[in-house]
Amino acid sequence: MAAVTPEVLTSTHVEKMKKKKLPKRYWEETEKTDQSQRRPEEEQGKAGQNQNKSTVKEKSLKRKNGESLEKKDPFPGEAPIPQKQLQKFQRGKKCKVPAGARERLKEAIAISEAMSEHAQKQAARYDLLLPEDAGFLEGDEDEDTNTISQADIADAVDITSGSKYFNLHLSQFGPYRLDYSRTGRNLLVGGKKGHVACIDWQTKDLKCEMNVMETVNDVNSLCTLRSASRWLHTEAMFAVAQKRWLYIYDSKGVELHCVKKFNDVLRMQFLPYHFLLATASATGFLQYLDVSIGKEVAAICTKMGRLDVMAQNPHNAVIHLGHPNGTVSLWSPNQKESLVKMLCHRGAVRSLAVDKTGTYMVTSGLDRKLKVYDIRAFKPLHSCFLPAGASCLSLSQRGLLSAATGEIVQVYQNVLGSNPVSKPYMAHRLRGQIWGLAYCPFEDVLGIGHGEGFTSMIVPGAGEPNFDALDTNPYRSHKQRQEWEVKALLEKVQPELIGLDPGQLSKVDQASFEQRHKEQIEALGFDPLAKDKFKPRTKKKGRSSAGAIEKRKRKVAHEDQRDEIRQSVQERTEREKELKEKSNEKKLGNKSTLDRFRK
Amino acid sequence: MQNENLVQISFFNQLMLVHPRKKQNERSEASVQVSEYFVNAEGTGDKVNLSDLLGTVEKTSGASNKTKKQLRNLQSSKETLELPLNKQQTEKIQRGIAYEKTTAEVSCWKNIILQNQKAEQMVFPLNQESSGPKRVEQVVAGWKVQTPLEQEIFRLLHGSRQPVNDPVLTPVEEQSLKAMSLEEAKIRRAELQKARALQSYYEAKAKREKKIKSKKYHKVQNKAKRKDFLKQFDEMVKTNPEGALEELKKMELSRMEERMSLKHQNSGKWAKSKAIMAKYDDSARKAMQEQLQMNKDLTQKMVVPSDDEHESIEEGLETVPDFVNDPETVIDPVNPWMRGQLTHEEPEVSCVTAEEVQTAEEENEEEEIIGEFERKRKLRQADEEDLIPTEEERKKTQEEDEDEEEDVSEFNTLFRLMRSEKTREGSNQTRGGLNTAGEEDEEGLLSEGQIRVRSIEDLEVLDEVVEPRAIEEPSAPQTAAAEATSEPPHKKKREINLKEVLTKEAKAVRLPFLPTVVDEEERDEQISIIKEAFAGDDVISDFIKDKSRQEAAGRPAVVDLTLPGWGEWGGVGLKPPRWKRKRFRIKTAPPPPRQDQKLPDVIISEKRTASVASHQVSQLPFPFQNTAQFESSIRTPIGSTWNTQTVVKNMTKPKVVTKLGAIIEPMVKEDFIKSKTTAAGGKGAAIMLGENRRAKEGTKRTKILALTELPTA
Repeated sequence: MAAVTPEVLTSTHVEKMKKKKLPKRYWEETEKTDQSQRRPEEEQGKAGQNQNKSTVKEKSLKRKNGESLEKKDPFPGEAPIPQKQLQKFQRGKKCKVPAGARERLKEAIAISEAMSEHAQKQAARYDLLLPEDAGFLEGDEDEDTNTISQADIADAVDITSGSKYFNLHLSQFGPYRLDYSRTGRNLLVGGKKGHVACIDWQTKDLKCEMNVMETVNDVNSLCTLRSASRWLHTEAMFAVAQKRWLYIYDSKGVELHCVKKFNDVLRMQFLPYHFLLATASATGFLQYLDVSIGKEVAAICTKMGRLDVMAQNPHNAVIHLGHPNGTVSLWSPNQKESLVKMLCHRGAVRSLAVDKTGTYMVTSGLDRKLKVYDIRAFKPLHSCFLPAGASCLSLSQRGLLSAATGEIVQVYQNVLGSNPVSKPYMAHRLRGQIWGLAYCPFEDVLGIGHGEGFTSMIVPGAGEPNFDALDTNPYRSHKQRQEWEVKALLEKVQPELIGLDPGQLSKVDQASFEQRHKEQIEALGFDPLAKDKFKPRTKKKGRSSAGAIEKRKRKVAHEDQRDEIRQSVQERTEREKELKEKSNEKKLGNKSTLDRFRK
Repeated sequence: MQNENLVQISFFNQLMLVHPRKKQNERSEASVQVSEYFVNAEGTGDKVNLSDLLGTVEKTSGASNKTKKQLRNLQSSKETLELPLNKQQTEKIQRGIAYEKTTAEVSCWKNIILQNQKAEQMVFPLNQESSGPKRVEQVVAGWKVQTPLEQEIFRLLHGSRQPVNDPVLTPVEEQSLKAMSLEEAKIRRAELQKARALQSYYEAKAKREKKIKSKKYHKVQNKAKRKDFLKQFDEMVKTNPEGALEELKKMELSRMEERMSLKHQNSGKWAKSKAIMAKYDDSARKAMQEQLQMNKDLTQKMVVPSDDEHESIEEGLETVPDFVNDPETVIDPVNPWMRGQLTHEEPEVSCVTAEEVQTAEEENEEEEIIGEFERKRKLRQADEEDLIPTEEERKKTQEEDEDEEEDVSEFNTLFRLMRSEKTREGSNQTRGGLNTAGEEDEEGLLSEGQIRVRSIEDLEVLDEVVEPRAIEEPSAPQTAAAEATSEPPHKKKREINLKEVLTKEAKAVRLPFLPTVVDEEERDEQISIIKEAFAGDDVISDFIKDKSRQEAAGRPAVVDLTLPGWGEWGGVGLKPPRWKRKRFRIKTAPPPPRQDQKLPDVIISEKRTASVASHQVSQLPFPFQNTAQFESSIRTPIGSTWNTQTVVKNMTKPKVVTKLGAIIEPMVKEDFIKSKTTAAGGKGAAIMLGENRRAKEGTKRTKILALTELPTA
């Protein structure tokens, strides 16, 4: 009797806690039979442990059998993640626990592994939120896609996409260089003869326009113009390399800075995560300007002559420079000499492009060759010969290569790989000489600056379809932009971390103490561990005369050296003594002193 | 011998006579021969032997046989007793034992300490229980009937079908309860906030007005106030007789004060000066007269309240509020605020016309709102109070009837107040009767969706809402104008005419397809051409030279310590001999192979980048045995750029979490021991019905701090 009552009680309490009613499913009926078969087996397994419990469960089961069976999810557990997706987010190799490891080590490894696996899985799960696919162009049978004209494409696609093919006829101040902002919303155009315009190219809304009244080298959104200009980190600023100095304007064309430290700039690159504007000048200087604090970070004399070919590696923020002697050199602001120098062409290098992942580099030279390099191993993958030679190169986010050969822009597909290219994917002829090529980020658009103005060309499959809204959001609002700017500044990467291997920071520095000490001395300009020089105290009553001081100094002079010598001498004498003893023993063998009296 | 002794003693006595200061105490040692003159020390050297005692024991009859036997045994045994250990040794042994004991005691902490060290996150204070009442289900969940007494009780309970888990709340109910409280809290907070804000505005306003120095302004203000007050008083007489009485008292007091003081008697300095001027100055005369008038007014006796008013007071003290008798018209069955007449004013407010808003409300809008809040709060309190007592009242006797009366009268006064306000506000709605209540309700229902108009600005806003079309039409040209203005100022210079560009169609370009790509083999001619072109600069040889130079620079130099002329001839053009070179030229170990060793067309700099080194980890952290392990353990980035939000949170969660303001007490032994036992027993915490375990057991606390005071043997 005593045994029965508690059981019933537990059943009333425990059951309620345990069994939540699942919502009804359509497969319930089919599952029933399965359940009834499986259940008792489980029950038996547990029976040994706790008899009370098992009886309770059986009871409840029986009751349930009478009414309705417990339902079970046909797809239990978490949804499986495809291996491919998992691999996409794999970060480094797993570390195996060594055989004779200590407990603490085992735990540390296990925890870190579990965490990284969890992170990987979660990332793979969230990959589902990148639903967009890139487009492509497909011709009819026996039709090359490169014969399809832009007008045809513009007609075929929807109106908004069609409007992305347009020309700006600007014959007066050409030829033009260009740069798109990082979000791809704004376009900066800089004409050689001083015309700079900033356009929201999708709405065709002119933001600002001016003539700087001197030659423009490059533009950068933070871009330049003597023949160049750039967008800086935001749409709010852009840089223009004018005839002598580098200028920075705001989005309304108001001159913010004239940076006179940066003279004769020919090309500019903006490193967005470091807030660095790298400039290459006609005098052979590569300079880095920190845009966030307005300071020159490094100025490197490359000793390679005029620098008019420049590209950045988005993977590790290393600057690639092309030189007239056919070499391409890689630079970081931390080293006065080039990180790598590679001989790419037999003639001068005309143009350079590095792909988004930092794996491939495409170069074209005066020898009219187009070469693709694997810059992880610094090995050429393949090369081809373009009859006209490519004056400008540009790689899209999806790896489409556009090359400007004279007046024609050719777009190549599948360049980045081992198989050589045979024919262009698309081609487009323009009026004037091409000066600038740039793909618009997140759009299937290639911007072309040429002698007659600017042309926006539709290249299906060029842009990355999925954007990271926290990083570069083409549709961001004013508020989001502000927020992003603050975050980006907080997460700014310091220029010291630029190097060939971006993962260098996560490695253990294995340099020896001496080496580190030497570096420290170099960095500080003095030896922090050095002993102070002996300074004799001033004494009175004529004892601080020059001679006395000198005497006192001599007493202490070379104290360290003397110590060392003394020690070494002592060691030596000891050693000799030992040797002597040993030799004596050998000589005498086991003879004692009394042995000499023996006959 | 005895004589000798005697002689000695007598001599001694003489000595004592000579030096009588010292007083000799009589000695009382046991001795065989007892003399009154001296102490015999004959038996002092002898020890008492066991045998001596034994003899007497044998003789005495009282001693027990057992002791006799023991004594005999003792006598026969010839072993000597062991010496007790010396102090140092005993202490050492004691320390050893104490150490063992304490280690045993302390080592039970070992597991929990380890566990806490390993724990990813510690939340302090430990053993946090969720605040608020628990469901009985939760409390009883881990319960097990153990003792026979309990079994008996439960059997009885079960037998009598006592509802064990009757008052259990379902989780939904619980949640709804919580939600209610939260909502209420929010509402109340919002009200408070508003009230506070308004109060501060009001205070600011008052301050500002107080600062105004213009006497005229204050005069006018005072007059208006007085008028207002009188008006109010008249109403109050009708509606709130008690309040009116109080006011009356106040007035009486002020009259008394006035009579006592010389304030308006024209006897002050100012008045005297004015009196001199009064002859010539009209205004001075007027001022004096005004003063006197004031005095008259103030000293006038108030009219004694009539009998009617007394009646009204009595009416006010009725035990039941008036509206209780009214048929309750339920407007919104869900919303308790819509019930009863008290809420009627709200819809009325929305009906007030703009003019009224201007005149009546502008002045004391804020006061009203504050008052409203207070009233609401009071009402709510009253509601709550009412609810509770109603239950209690049933049980209790009529003793509390008086209190009840008071309560009700309060309620009545409140209600009256509301009424009066209503009449003041909505002069057009004087009906207020019970008959029209239904109509009003309807109005209220209808007007609920409307926007409340309180000020002129609001009215303007309303206008805008009403006429959106009218504005939209001109908006188009406006925007156009805006566009025109937004264009950059230097319009003359502009080269790009965007509109022209965009409207024009771009020319289609047919592409003549040349062989753009040529195979590697076909390029021999080209090579020759290029060779011609770049005959001057041999790029390749330059590069090779450069590379060899770099390699040479990378190689460590040989240290030459040869001194010319030692042990041989010296002079120009003489080379040091071979043995010397061998001995004094020190070669350092060759560097590791260059990275570009197998890449002929690449020069890779071998320089170490020291800039990153300062940020790198330079020594392998503790549990790791090699760098590969450590590097792989930090290979996964933590930032939100690479991870999902949950992962970031998980990875960066703090090691220790403390509750703000909570006292973190040192861990008590019972805590983890209990948890251990329960973990072994089964899931769920053992229940301690309403008792604090610590308090009950009252055991002394062994704290972790004790660890530091371990004795070391």
